[in-house]
Amino acid sequence: MSAPMTAYVLLEDGTRFDGLACGADHHAVGEVVFTTGMSGYQESVTDPSFAGQLITFTYPHIGNYGVSEAAMESDRIHSRAVIMRAARNTEDAPTAERGWLDWLVDCGVPAITDVDTRALVRHIRQAGSMRGGVFPAAVAESEARELIAAEPPMAGRNLAREVTPAEATVHGPAPGTTDIVRVHAIDCGVKGSIVRHLVARGAQVTLHPCTVTAEDLLATDADAFFLANGPGDPAALDDVVDTVRELIGKRPVWGICLGHQLLCRAVGLGTTKLPFGHRGANHPVKDLRTGRIEITSQNHGFAVTAPQGGVRIEADEPVRWNTDFGEAALTHVNLYDRTVEGLELLEVESATVQYHPEAGPGPNDALYQFDRFLEAVRNA
Amino acid sequence: MPRRNDLKRIMILGSGPIVIGQAAEFDYSGVQACKVLREEGYEVVLVNSNPATIMTDPEFADATYVEPLLPGPVARIIEKERPDALLPTLGGQTALNLAKALHEDGTLERLGVELIGARYEAICCAEDRDLFREAMETAGLRMPISAIATTLDEAMAEMERIGLPAIIRPAFTLGGRGGGIARTEEEYRHIVATGLEASPISQILLDQSVLGWGEFELEVMRDHNDNVVIVCSIENVDPMGVHTGDSVTVAPQQTLTDHLYQQLRDQAITVIRAVGVETGGSNVQFAVNPETEEILVIEMNPRVSRSSALASKATGFPIAKIAARLAVGYSLEEIDNDITQLPPASFEPTIDYVVVKWPRFAFEKFTGANAVLSTHMKSVGEAMAFGRTFQQAFAKAMRSRELDTRPDLASRTTEELVASLERPTSERFDALVEALRRGASVDEIHAVTKIDPWFLTELHALATAPEETFAGVRTFKSVDTCAAEFPASTPYFYSGWERPGPDGPRHEVDRGTNRSVVILGAGPNRIGQGIEFDYCCVHAAMTVRDSGRDAVMINCNPETVSTDYDTSDRLYFEPLTLEDVLGVLEVEKPEGVIVQFGGQTPLKLAAGLVEAGIPLLGTSVDAIDLAEDRGRFGALLARLGHEAPPYATAHSVDEALAAAEGVGFPLLVRPSYVLGGRAMEIVYSADGLRDYLDRHAPPTGEARGEIFLDRFLENAIEVDVDALCDGEEVWIGGIMQHVEEAGIHSGDSACVLPPHSLGGDMLDLIREQTRALALGLGVVGLLNVQYAVLGGRLFVIEANPRASRTVPFVSKAIGVPLAKMACRIMLGERIAELGLPSEAMRGDHVSVKEAVLPFDRFDGSDALLGPEMRSTGEVMGIARDFPTAFAKAQAAAGAALPQEGTVFITVCDADKPAAFAIAQTLHDHGFRIVATGGTAAAIARMGIPVVTINKIGEGSPHVVDWIERGDVQLVVNTPTGSGARTDGWEIRRAAIARGIPCLTTLSGGLAAARAIAAARTRDPEPLSLQEIHVGTPA
Ligand SMILES: Nc1ncnc2c1ncn2[C@@H]1O[C@H](COP(=O)(O)OP(=O)(O)O)[C@@H](O)[C@H]1O
Ligand SMILES: Nc1ncnc2c1ncn2[C@@H]1O[C@H](COP(=O)(O)OP(=O)(O)O)[C@@H](O)[C@H]1O
Ligand SMILES: [Mg+2]
Ligand SMILES: [Mg+2]
Repeated sequence: MSAPMTAYVLLEDGTRFDGLACGADHHAVGEVVFTTGMSGYQESVTDPSFAGQLITFTYPHIGNYGVSEAAMESDRIHSRAVIMRAARNTEDAPTAERGWLDWLVDCGVPAITDVDTRALVRHIRQAGSMRGGVFPAAVAESEARELIAAEPPMAGRNLAREVTPAEATVHGPAPGTTDIVRVHAIDCGVKGSIVRHLVARGAQVTLHPCTVTAEDLLATDADAFFLANGPGDPAALDDVVDTVRELIGKRPVWGICLGHQLLCRAVGLGTTKLPFGHRGANHPVKDLRTGRIEITSQNHGFAVTAPQGGVRIEADEPVRWNTDFGEAALTHVNLYDRTVEGLELLEVESATVQYHPEAGPGPNDALYQFDRFLEAVRNA
Repeated sequence: MPRRNDLKRIMILGSGPIVIGQAAEFDYSGVQACKVLREEGYEVVLVNSNPATIMTDPEFADATYVEPLLPGPVARIIEKERPDALLPTLGGQTALNLAKALHEDGTLERLGVELIGARYEAICCAEDRDLFREAMETAGLRMPISAIATTLDEAMAEMERIGLPAIIRPAFTLGGRGGGIARTEEEYRHIVATGLEASPISQILLDQSVLGWGEFELEVMRDHNDNVVIVCSIENVDPMGVHTGDSVTVAPQQTLTDHLYQQLRDQAITVIRAVGVETGGSNVQFAVNPETEEILVIEMNPRVSRSSALASKATGFPIAKIAARLAVGYSLEEIDNDITQLPPASFEPTIDYVVVKWPRFAFEKFTGANAVLSTHMKSVGEAMAFGRTFQQAFAKAMRSRELDTRPDLASRTTEELVASLERPTSERFDALVEALRRGASVDEIHAVTKIDPWFLTELHALATAPEETFAGVRTFKSVDTCAAEFPASTPYFYSGWERPGPDGPRHEVDRGTNRSVVILGAGPNRIGQGIEFDYCCVHAAMTVRDSGRDAVMINCNPETVSTDYDTSDRLYFEPLTLEDVLGVLEVEKPEGVIVQFGGQTPLKLAAGLVEAGIPLLGTSVDAIDLAEDRGRFGALLARLGHEAPPYATAHSVDEALAAAEGVGFPLLVRPSYVLGGRAMEIVYSADGLRDYLDRHAPPTGEARGEIFLDRFLENAIEVDVDALCDGEEVWIGGIMQHVEEAGIHSGDSACVLPPHSLGGDMLDLIREQTRALALGLGVVGLLNVQYAVLGGRLFVIEANPRASRTVPFVSKAIGVPLAKMACRIMLGERIAELGLPSEAMRGDHVSVKEAVLPFDRFDGSDALLGPEMRSTGEVMGIARDFPTAFAKAQAAAGAALPQEGTVFITVCDADKPAAFAIAQTLHDHGFRIVATGGTAAAIARMGIPVVTINKIGEGSPHVVDWIERGDVQLVVNTPTGSGARTDGWEIRRAAIARGIPCLTTLSGGLAAARAIAAARTRDPEPLSLQEIHVGTPA
């Protein structure tokens, strides 16, 4: 790579952090967020849920083991830029197919290193995640300001449209699978790991564009429906929510992350934006039915609100909520801020989780969720 | 599950003396446990034979027993205190083995004591490599191909299948003692033999070698509800083959993909479940093949360990505290994370910095010792450092080592440096970095070391452009367990180098407006500067806090209590170099700095600090110089009319030889350019001196510095004194009489408080001279003086105007915390205001300190005691009488007095008449008496049967053969005054090498005889510090 040029991060409130350009040499604007996971950088940037966002990694050394096909969570990088403290381009790691920084350049993704990321993160933690951008030093700060101002805020944004597939694709079943479970998913930006884990457990997964209608879905041979994760504000996806409402009760429905938020909205609950979201691989989530605690992979900026309003759930047992589809039980809660992490509809076959049981990146503590879901479908 | 209310009293076992593989980390974990359990309202009964620990301070437990960590004594304590439960997981391998023994001999069941923290079965499963392997296989985990052997033949039979090189490791030994890597068949035979010897259950594990694979450790915690968290991952920069304790390690792991790391995480969780550790922390070690991504389980420790102390300090997650709470019934979810004040502890810390640990070695102290690192731990301490990048952390940790002597790299070619890396030694990274600096390539170094190229690439950058590593400004960041995701409330800081913000460095320190005092710690443990100094620093912090000021600690030793963020108001985890310390002082702006408690480390910085205009509290830099400068000190002694051994200073060989005549032989010689009292030797003639000076010629290029010559006083009794002085008044804390004669370093010899055989007049003289010295030097705080008593005369050997190694021992013996009192003086109080008793040493009990030596770990080095300190730790025995206290100390030090067998007696003529008394007592208790000619005659004359054996000169089999054959269980030998090293010296050295108790004074011999007599009727009665010191100010 050529000699590093200086670059800077500018936030919409005017806060500036200087560093060195280490990716594609243009600028990028969007919502500046941070993730506290210490490994799994490639999985993160290819996670469609990061669409429209600039990822700040709190761990200083990013790129230590390069990148490889196996670690892709989708077919491309979705985050708009990467902000790091001490980026590395290790090409010779055993599983590396390419250096991390070379790859970012190939993919045309701007990146900046040598930034005091901890100072940046503390600022966002206090002021909340906000719009901002990564700019080559050549771009004047005044111009940068305008570019940021021109970027619509995350609240109210429909980004699913940007990441959803043009037409349906079918995945699996894995060779030799008997007793196949046919899962049809509304793909608002699904992670590859989710599909892999479903297929590995005997499912055949069909991914539909998020514009798919309930009629079309109900007309399929689906044994169950799946609501995928994805970027943006669930409140901006009324059309998808309407579709979901049509599905509930007809077949088992399961959702993860954005999918969880969509289902909750479909049954009459609300969602709201968190100050700086949950992004990392160390959040403790309690299963209120078993008392077991899972260390979870998290990546969301919005959360479901309780019927009585507010995001904090003080109750420590599976409280019952009335929804448009009868009673629901709160199944999981985040032990950091006691936000909703999982819900189950008791009168129809349906459940969702806010966190990422598929890991990729992060701990595997919650993989059992996939078994539970498919077993429920098989017994349904 | 909440707090268990069925338990009231809990016994905690400490880890005993500091030995290689088991150091201060267990004081840190023990203190945390004591604090927590008492906070929770439990009564704590503590047992630890090591007086130099904070946990044995009386205020940390309801009953504190400084008693031997052996089944007999501990059983007696249990009978006396009747605890409901025993918590053995915080005292290292020692406590675990002891708990196992107490279970097996039925004591726990008989007295209804529940083992908490780890079940007996779990301990066995983790510790017995056989059971462990079984458990792993059942759980579907892989381990290196291996076999268990209990005899040499079994081992030979397995060699084929295992293949060479093979890893040979004994079960149940600390730091892998007695193990090694066999590359050839005869190496295999040899190591198998020593391994079987070393293992208490004479069992060894033979392992397929995975030398060169990556080595990783995970710190795991589990609670009753089977919730498991990984506190921290640690990657060894040294690949498999170098003991983790000797490896440079880094947290978090750097080179594994998330996918592979998550597999390690899953396996660690499987291991803790399979072994059946229901609550608490465990350390799991893995070998990972970076090419094939194969993972092998190496071992697990079902307890708090060295690595968990490291993990706690590296993440801010207090493992020991939480382990203690889990042991009494809480679940992780019910325990707060005191750093973020956010419930609960059931999360995994994430960090946004890099931590590097460096081992600290002491091979220079063990001439002849094999310095090649292997599966058998040899380091004596460690330093840890934080940085925002690996390079920053590595460089900071490297300079935190405080080496006495830099490895000589200049004289070696780059090829030699690279070649030397083939077999890892304590200097490997110094050589590696230098080689990279000179242009060696990452590939060639990887080829010889197998160190992951990622690290080598980082080190290459550090070696070739160090200035870039530290580009930007020093910025203090906090350690918060969560990478800034939540506000942290714990003031635990490190410095990283960052681009400044618009208004300068973006420090996170909020020092408030209160006055603060900075205490400089002691840095990495090493021989001569151990945990005692950390003990003093912790006391200083407590005292500063009590005074209403903020206590600020600077230290870089992860094992210690001083680097527990609970100990001070602000902790800066930084190297103790002038530059780094000044960096802290710039943001702290303290009222003053304390350099008196951290041993030599802070003293070395004193002058620089004063130059920088930093106010020091207590004794002035000039007073320190007055004590250390031989000329000035000699003048002071002369002025005070105190005697000192004749001495001279020379600058050349000829000058030295000339001066020697004036001073008179024998001489104690030391070159000034060697720090840390190293290379001291006793010479008996001009030839001896010449020979010494040749062997200690200064490094090429350097000028021969000063050579110090002292008349060596033979057969003198050495005395140590610790005193307080406020500039006007002096208070004598303790006078200690050494058991070994002067010539054995004060740190290595046993000592007795109060003195057992110094007359009242001599004691008065000692008090008088100590007073005069303290005032003459202008001490404000602590003073330690070493004297030699010879023929009724008192000689001053040296005076150290600072906290000494003996401060904790004396404090526990007299029930007055000397370091705290000294600190109060330094903060401006007068002795009169401290409420001290008029006489420190009361007659109602006797305390004995015994040193613990690491010779068993340094194959090749001779087990010789001399004027240079070799011991790593110490134990204390307290009783109502000297014999019993002595017996306890010997037992605690692992050289228990024998109950039967053969005693060898040889004494100088003056002592012969009295020697029979010893012989009589031992004979009456069925001992066989053997002696050399003269002594034998004297004993026979009194009608006691005695076997005469040869002196060394009289040919084999002579006395040393007897000792080496193991035919002698006890030695009583008072030095004879003759010239060069006599039989006596050889005898004592042989005895010490084999852990045979050896008494070098008549009074010591009598004490031993009486103790043996007493012990045959009953185990010595345990005494708690609280019983002994009723009423004394703590
Ligand atoms: N099969 C092996 N091949 C190569 N090195 C090994 C092997 N097993 C252990 N070691 C090395 O020996 C060291 C000590 O082994 P370990 O089982 O951890 O004993 P200890 O109880 O002393 O920690 C390890 O840190 C590792 O570096
Ligand atoms: N003149 C002497 N005669 C006999 N022994 C001595 C003499 N000087 C020192 N020693 C012995 O050497 C040991 C170490 O010497 P010291 O001056 O105390 O060095 P250090 O600074 O390492 O403590 C002392 O503890 C004592 O046993
Ligand atoms: Mg180990
Ligand atoms: Mg000394």
